[in-house]
Amino acid sequence: MKGMHPEQPCRFAGVNFPLYQGDEESMKVLVAVKRVVDYNVKVRVKADNSGVDLANVKMSMNPFCEIAVEEAVRLKEKGVVTEVVVVSIGPNAAQEQLRTALALGGDRAILVETEAEVGSLTVAKLLKAVVDQEQPQLVILGKQAIDSDNNQTGQMLAALTGFAQGTFISKVEAAEGSFTITREIDGGLQKLALKLPAILTTDLRLNEPRYASLPNIMKAKKKPLDVVTPESLGVEIRSTLELVKVEAPEERKPGIKVASVAELVDKLKNEAKVI
Amino acid sequence: MAILVIAEHNNSALNPATLNTVGAASAIGGDIHLLVAGSGCAAVAETAAKIAGVSQVLLADDAAYAHQLPENVAPLIAGIAPSYSHVLAPASTNGKNYLPCVAALLDVDQISDIIAVLSADTFKRPIYAGNAIATVRSSALIKVITVRTTAFEAVAAEGGSASVEAVAALADSGKSSFISEDIAKSDRPDLGSAKVIVSGGRGLLSSDNFQLLYTLADKLGGAVGASRAAVDAGFAANDLQVGQTGKIVAPDLYIAVGISGAIQHLAGMKDSKVIVAINKDPEAPIFQVADYGLVADLFEAVPELTQAV
Repeated sequence: MKGMHPEQPCRFAGVNFPLYQGDEESMKVLVAVKRVVDYNVKVRVKADNSGVDLANVKMSMNPFCEIAVEEAVRLKEKGVVTEVVVVSIGPNAAQEQLRTALALGGDRAILVETEAEVGSLTVAKLLKAVVDQEQPQLVILGKQAIDSDNNQTGQMLAALTGFAQGTFISKVEAAEGSFTITREIDGGLQKLALKLPAILTTDLRLNEPRYASLPNIMKAKKKPLDVVTPESLGVEIRSTLELVKVEAPEERKPGIKVASVAELVDKLKNEAKVI
Repeated sequence: MAILVIAEHNNSALNPATLNTVGAASAIGGDIHLLVAGSGCAAVAETAAKIAGVSQVLLADDAAYAHQLPENVAPLIAGIAPSYSHVLAPASTNGKNYLPCVAALLDVDQISDIIAVLSADTFKRPIYAGNAIATVRSSALIKVITVRTTAFEAVAAEGGSASVEAVAALADSGKSSFISEDIAKSDRPDLGSAKVIVSGGRGLLSSDNFQLLYTLADKLGGAVGASRAAVDAGFAANDLQVGQTGKIVAPDLYIAVGISGAIQHLAGMKDSKVIVAINKDPEAPIFQVADYGLVADLFEAVPELTQAV
């Protein structure tokens, strides 16, 4: 059947399949999380223009990935999903973010460990390899990572897997054999029906992520976390992009404080000439 | 080789973002072709054919393309792309949705949200919420790029005389289907292309108070925007959000009212030509980027400003 998972029988594709059927039916969701510089940190460009300085900077789970984990856990709490597998691609330290995801309700974790800089296309290929192994019916990612600001990986993964795609979602409703999703688009909202298997990318309005409780943080330490390598997944890390340099943005020239509305209007009319 | 630009439209009218994207294509240099993929969109193709600098319009008119579902549009573009050196789309929610699929189908990295063209293979793009500007060089045979439309001048909508050629449609993938759309109706200019934007934050305290901003915006012929805090608090609709995760705007005049100026908000508006901040907190970070700052109670200052302009 076109567009369905290559090996998995299309159990969720038939329109007559009731999603909330008995316990023997399992639905696995894979959630991708990224370790990024904390969103509150104002990053500084390195003096040699080779990149931004991330030494001794606080790192966290990308905010959109937190929303993705939260949605997966909520789907599990609603009985739509039976297993939540979290995956990250990055350095050994990304285990911290995976443990956080486990503390938030993930069942087990996979780290594809690499110290290399990996672009969105390579990440999508690595995730495709994990999807082939894990056979999830649903993959949830954030809409973009706040470091590269690419907004590509989910869409690329959809293209590589042939899964349906729902990006920038602010609402998910499980229906029989499909998901109804609401997307945030320019000018408003759009509702789509997606056949499973599907890829979803989260927008800010989807949910409010919970905090990990101390008991859950302790429990998360005992949950399984597998570490694999790109080589073991058969994916070569390569890129058609070369980072030439990174610069600080142009500084705006310092502004002035005006004392009154009248002075402001005068400046806008006669100095800036914008009204 | 020529450059393919994907037109942004709603099947009846061409979105002005297309003109800025053609502007970016002109900066790269070369023949520019435009793809109009949609349903019942022949009139859009005719409009597109008049755009200055466009030498050919490709029209893929089929029910499958009515809502630009990426499962249908991406294979169409990827099928055409090998005849081109570059494929460009505006970094709208639409372009961001389908173009990475095209890049993956072509097995090339995508370059998102470019703000400058240095040469045919080297581009500038903001990273880390605009706190750093990366220069990237692509060795891909087909360069797949989304364009930050506020960073490029629009080309003239008239003056060209391209031919329109029909492109055969591919079958509907059947993976996803359109249910409905809820587009906010507004007589005001579109946030993305407005010359003046009056934007409100948490300081507005309620959605009713946003009316103050609408009155001012109408007087200035501008649009109204909002910070994430205002959107989250329910004061304004989601699609008004300006920032790293909302709209990126660069109007001639941006008036930030009751907005503190978090990094994520600044990412969406700090390329505005003139920034005005009205805030009662003199320490608010917004004053660091404002050309003109007024420390005042917005509930007094905004009506006074509306009177004065």
